[in-house]
Amino acid sequence: MDDHLELTAAYALDALDARERERYEAHLATCERCREELASFWTVSGALAHAAGGPAPAPALRGRILAQARSERPNVVPLRPRWALPAAASVAAVAAMLALGLGLWGTSLSRELDRERSARAGAGEALEIVSDPGAHTVAFRGAEGHIVVSETGKAAVVLSGLDPAPEGKTYELWVVENDVFRPAGLFEGGGARFVQALSRPVSDDAKVAVTLEKEGGVDAPTGPPLFETI
Amino acid sequence: MIVCAPTVVAFGARPKRTAPMRIRDHAHLSDEALVALVARSDEGALAELYDRVGGIAYGLAYRVLRDESLAEDAVQEAFLGLWRAAATFIPERAKASTWILTLVHRRAVDLVRREERRRSEPLDEAPEASTGSAEDSAWLQFERERVQSALRELPDQQREALELAYYGGFTQSELAERLGQPLGTIKSRMFSGLSRLRELLDDRAERDAWTTTSS
Repeated sequence: MDDHLELTAAYALDALDARERERYEAHLATCERCREELASFWTVSGALAHAAGGPAPAPALRGRILAQARSERPNVVPLRPRWALPAAASVAAVAAMLALGLGLWGTSLSRELDRERSARAGAGEALEIVSDPGAHTVAFRGAEGHIVVSETGKAAVVLSGLDPAPEGKTYELWVVENDVFRPAGLFEGGGARFVQALSRPVSDDAKVAVTLEKEGGVDAPTGPPLFETI
Repeated sequence: MIVCAPTVVAFGARPKRTAPMRIRDHAHLSDEALVALVARSDEGALAELYDRVGGIAYGLAYRVLRDESLAEDAVQEAFLGLWRAAATFIPERAKASTWILTLVHRRAVDLVRREERRRSEPLDEAPEASTGSAEDSAWLQFERERVQSALRELPDQQREALELAYYGGFTQSELAERLGQPLGTIKSRMFSGLSRLRELLDDRAERDAWTTTSS
């Protein structure tokens, strides 16, 4: 029996623990056959969902969901307090994981993941952070994306639709605390969506900023941030 | 500010699922078309998806969590995940309802594992309120019966592994310990059970294709 096939069934049933799940997802990013099998098994687990039974939800739940969705319309500066974010962060991460499982991020993410896997930070770490249920997110102002910060302060950046850095340039991440900028990694941008772990932790009081710098990066930013966290 | 939302959602005036004429702008759209609209921040489309899948989603979350407020959390977070991530959904790869239910289940399982108030007896049959509720559409009742009877056809050990894993939220290692079996045996039961269930459901879908219509 192919161990990955058995793992695919266990994954579709959500019967893997956090570590097994992470390892399987790393495999999934590289295996089209498992992605196809998973999509098929998810249809079966979806059928199990229909058979679950259970009572009807309280009528108020519908209104709460729609009200919260409305408060999160894109291009509206979120007014919600930071403490309200953790649950939302983890579910966004789950949605992202599921998208990955279905191959929905397509080749651009696979390429990113492959590149990242060989990089020092590694995709594994970024995926671990974004799938941490205890993590919270902080949105960027001026770009579509957010950072995900785990309970231990490890952080990953998630960005959508960012143009690739111009030839000879790179995006550089900074952790900013008391107006001191500390370098936290480089990235090239491009692709539909992009995930990378920061090379240093982000405390509750810190912001994360992004600048455009010369290839190879710099020790201190040479201009104002392109965008930063709220 | 110019608002160009195509639909106004009237809170508190939820049309009954069983109403013969549903006056909802989105009622004629497929789930997948609705997800595409949700990706464009169409609230009416999100409301319609909730009306279609929310009840099943909540029933599932409740079966795993056995707690109303946690089940509501799981459903709410899953639908908000959908709201944020709808743009990443590609309908060729999965049905939209499957995607939503997968999100809900993942969330419910994570919550039940985090809450250590874990599930007194997950092998219970589906809760009583599940069958024949007036809110259910005929299609949902049919679908539930179809899956439950397929489950009954599985060998006991496979069904037990599937139910404990999926409705109980146990990990494969926890199952091995609980059932006093090697991990490899548990993995194999889950895989065989899920594969067999897939065959059974496919067979039934073919057999029933001529005799049923979905509402």
